[in-house]
Amino acid sequence: MQTCINKIREIAARLVKDETIEMVIGFQEGTIPMISPPISVRTADDVEKLTWSSHCCINLANYLTDVKGKVAVFAKGCDSRSIVNHIAEGKVKREDVVIIGVPCNGMMERHTISNLFGDEIEEVVEEDGGTVIVRGKGREEKYRKSDLLRQNCRVCVHKNPVLYDELVADPVDVPEDIKRYEEVEKIEALAINDRWNFFADLISTCIRCYACRDACPTCYCPTCFVDETQPQWVGKGDEEPDVMTFHILRAFHTAGRCTDCGACVSSCPMTINMRAFTKKLEKDCLDLWDWEAGLTPDMRPALETYTPNDPEDNFK
Amino acid sequence: MRILQIQKTDWSAGLEKSRQDYRLIGPVKEGNNVSKFRELAAGEEPDFSISTTTMSPKSVVFPQSEVMFTFTTDSASPDCNIMKVPESSYSPRAIIGIRPFDAAAMNIVKMNFDTPDYRDPYWCDAYEACTFIGLAVTDPESCDFSTSTGTGPFDISGLDVLLIDAGEYFLVEVVTEKGSTWVRSAGFNKEADAESIEVLHSMRKEAKKKIVSTVAFENINKKETLDLYNESYWDSISFPCLNCGTCTYVCPTCWCFDIQDESDRKKGRRMKNWDSCMFPNFTIHTTGHNPRNTKLMRVRQRFMHKLKYHQSKYDKGILCVGCGRCVTSCPVNIDIREVCKQMNNS
Repeated sequence: MQTCINKIREIAARLVKDETIEMVIGFQEGTIPMISPPISVRTADDVEKLTWSSHCCINLANYLTDVKGKVAVFAKGCDSRSIVNHIAEGKVKREDVVIIGVPCNGMMERHTISNLFGDEIEEVVEEDGGTVIVRGKGREEKYRKSDLLRQNCRVCVHKNPVLYDELVADPVDVPEDIKRYEEVEKIEALAINDRWNFFADLISTCIRCYACRDACPTCYCPTCFVDETQPQWVGKGDEEPDVMTFHILRAFHTAGRCTDCGACVSSCPMTINMRAFTKKLEKDCLDLWDWEAGLTPDMRPALETYTPNDPEDNFK
Repeated sequence: MRILQIQKTDWSAGLEKSRQDYRLIGPVKEGNNVSKFRELAAGEEPDFSISTTTMSPKSVVFPQSEVMFTFTTDSASPDCNIMKVPESSYSPRAIIGIRPFDAAAMNIVKMNFDTPDYRDPYWCDAYEACTFIGLAVTDPESCDFSTSTGTGPFDISGLDVLLIDAGEYFLVEVVTEKGSTWVRSAGFNKEADAESIEVLHSMRKEAKKKIVSTVAFENINKKETLDLYNESYWDSISFPCLNCGTCTYVCPTCWCFDIQDESDRKKGRRMKNWDSCMFPNFTIHTTGHNPRNTKLMRVRQRFMHKLKYHQSKYDKGILCVGCGRCVTSCPVNIDIREVCKQMNNS
């Protein structure tokens, strides 16, 4: 990890000297354990603030939307796919973004760690060899990093950046036997009523803070449909029909565009796994149109285009 | 002040007994290990193992969504064009296990909802129906900075009763007449002996000592508003902000709400829903002009309100009780303690 951090700072130090680059967007040390918040670095003095950890859960492509001028950004596999998505959708120009790819072995879920450890956590130390030491309230536990990973990272097959100007480290291995859609298949197997109940239960603690939407690089509408007032499409209260409308519509809005970066889940203060909606749509896009979001800037997302080869009869 | 002692073996029976006179509300775990305050079902007990609930108990008197009144324009209805307040029950409810800083927050929020000029009937009626049975913080979390905001782990300023978990038993400080009524209803009447009172004093001292996180805000009060407003640090503070509403929704002292009319043909209702200064819609005008149209402006507003404007207006400290919820819940770790430090020291 330290090698990676040193390399990140070395690259950033070079980039801040480049006057054509407005800022370098990366991650910094948090004030509490298990979180590395985004930072924009503009001067050589601030380069030392940059860091890397297994808590860099936010997708930095989210900070590129409508940014003026040229910026440099550190990008995990998923971040790089979201940048590709931004380029394909015209939100950012390729020449305006310097992508520094960071091959990624997965980020850890702070709620998972908290649940496993039980007590309040004071320190989390990642060791070489895939072990993690968690300390708090006078005791210490050792875990395997693989047991603490976010669910999206466990099923990730794009660990290496797909588009970059330079890489911080050598690409990492991607296991071939990853079962990407087991969680979706479990929900698909439910009876229709049970499926509805599953989703109703999933969102029952939602407080409509919109952290999921606001952390999502794909959710860049200037005015989100839930914020429209003329006409107003959806109620603002905490009743299930309104909350469910928000989640379902948001999910469909990301269909064929979501890169399963998991920023929504990591940002949710109520630890809701709203990926249960989006992962199904990802699977459908793959099954129906052999489409995966954010792999090429030259093609529009699946639901924005059609080809003569599409399986639907009504298009033939 | 009267100090009682309750053996833990007698706790459940007393709690149950008080249900004859009170609806009970307390902390519970829900969903994927998050927690909040809600009404306890028959036989259900408040979960005292939760240190700081994910959601603050402000919803007990200030629900996220509340129907203010219903209406109909149907001329066939006897209620045509009459705004009807829904039948709400403001029967006595006891909030069991509210933490002292959260109860202190109620007093702060009261300054907004209950003023000489205006009384919010929904908030005030609910508040007045409450008896606050607090639970002292004996094992503070690391983000708890409540001792520097004028409250603290054993603070009784917002409470009617304070429970202190002393292992085998609870020590009970009966703070108000309301508290005394609840204690009587529950049948708790064993006076604490001198030795237990000694235990209480030492536990209070011990708990205060355990809180090491602090903030200072005196200089902010002295500084010119516009000097603070025009500081360059707002750029770096606001950069990571997602502009979600998490900080304001988990906060026990954030009181902003939005009024919404929901109608279906001839029937409708007026709602009072939580709102957040982090949202662009919070300030947008009907013209489309938004005086706070950037993230920086919204982030600055939140901290200026909490740490500057509130002090300037009331001279009673900051609009924050130091519960630490926004620190731990913010998806991008915007830490009010760090912001306060920058505002106070720069």
